[in-house]
Amino acid sequence: MALNYKWNWGVFFETIPSGDVTYLTWILHGLGWTVAISLCAWVIALALGSIIGTLRTVPHRGIALIGHAWVEFFRNVPILLQLFIWFFVVPELLPRDLSMWVKQDMPAKEFITAVLALGLFTSARVAEQVRAGIQSLSRGQRSAGLALGFTQAQTYRYVLLPMAFRIIIPPLTSEFMNAFKNSGVAYAVGVWELVFVSRQMVEETGGQVIESLIVPTVLYIICSYAANLLMSVIERRSHVPGFIVAK
Amino acid sequence: MFNNFDFSVILPSLPYIWEGLMFSFRLTVTAMLGGIIIGTLLALARLSGGKTLGFAAKTYVDLMRSVPLLMMILWFFLLAPFFIKITPETSALITFTLFQAAFYSEIMRAGIQSIPRGQINASFAIGMTYWQTMGYVILPQAFRNMIPVLLTQTFILFQDTSLVYAIGATDLLKAADNTGKLYGRTVEMLIFVSLIYFVICFSLSMFVKYMNKRIAIIR
Repeated sequence: MALNYKWNWGVFFETIPSGDVTYLTWILHGLGWTVAISLCAWVIALALGSIIGTLRTVPHRGIALIGHAWVEFFRNVPILLQLFIWFFVVPELLPRDLSMWVKQDMPAKEFITAVLALGLFTSARVAEQVRAGIQSLSRGQRSAGLALGFTQAQTYRYVLLPMAFRIIIPPLTSEFMNAFKNSGVAYAVGVWELVFVSRQMVEETGGQVIESLIVPTVLYIICSYAANLLMSVIERRSHVPGFIVAK
Repeated sequence: MFNNFDFSVILPSLPYIWEGLMFSFRLTVTAMLGGIIIGTLLALARLSGGKTLGFAAKTYVDLMRSVPLLMMILWFFLLAPFFIKITPETSALITFTLFQAAFYSEIMRAGIQSIPRGQINASFAIGMTYWQTMGYVILPQAFRNMIPVLLTQTFILFQDTSLVYAIGATDLLKAADNTGKLYGRTVEMLIFVSLIYFVICFSLSMFVKYMNKRIAIIR
């Protein structure tokens, strides 16, 4: 190991300079924020992504184009930059009173911005998966739905979407993982999540790098593993008979 | 709406932005080439059937894939000074290569597994060694089949290069941020640099689509 590295595992039980909690408590708070950002962003991403992805497969050029534009818009700029745009640029474009309110009085501004940015960024990726899922179904399914007298909307609701969602559970799982890992960029606008806490801890403990980084890293690994496990259970429960499914 | 904006700051900052862009490209290309080479070796290790080797490769890949890139960037950058003197740029180049290797290795593994087993047997049967089989028969096909997926990964990689912001390496985003702060025009620079990212990423994704069409279904 490093020659001049002084270990200090007791650091977790020391109190942070700016308050009365220990570093360990601080890290756990960080985990809380990380989970909160990821889950809230995922709700937005899943809701919007499902709608946009569905729109892209609708047999109507204009609507499909809107869906396409949405995806390209949110997919082609890095998440960190999108976060900066929402945080620094968008308030400037708002009407004056609203702009002032956002800049000065908006509660939990950092958290809400991070959730919004991550949610919209992920929604484009979810939309692509939903579209792929719908398009992977044989075209006979849509025709059969319509032939039975379903409207276009009913065909989606009762025939296409239930199939598509069950097929795309594995790629959706990895999109959730990506969202979870991407939530770390929220440190850049000052949300006290895991990355922020680890950076801060390295500084305030005077360079206890390994101790400061290892606990957040392990927490990330545990959460990823837990989410993967949960999703594989859901995948097995909901798999479509006759389709290949992972063991 | 854009009344208070002053886009004239863009012109004098162009050379610096260009430097940042070049670093982003250099980081992308280095991590892609290094990542594909190391990733292919990792994939071969996992498929080799050797227990220890396979386990080591799997552990490495799983570890890298479950930790955010941002965390890995911090790990390497903060830990390296205990051993060597290192600039943020070099640190980023090494971290990205090692990190991307895990992702490219999963792609190459899928590519190798998509080749029918009979081809390996056939190669051995005509007297090829392991490395000849891989080098002349399996890998060229695996690589070709996986080009669209490899490019998609590179697309993600290029966007992720913006994360070196965290350690202060001057990439495209950091360059824009610095000049924005210098002139007090952060908002304009962020809009400008978003356009650059958009144009590059959009072209790249169009290229991936084109390759997808060209490569798909030759069998």
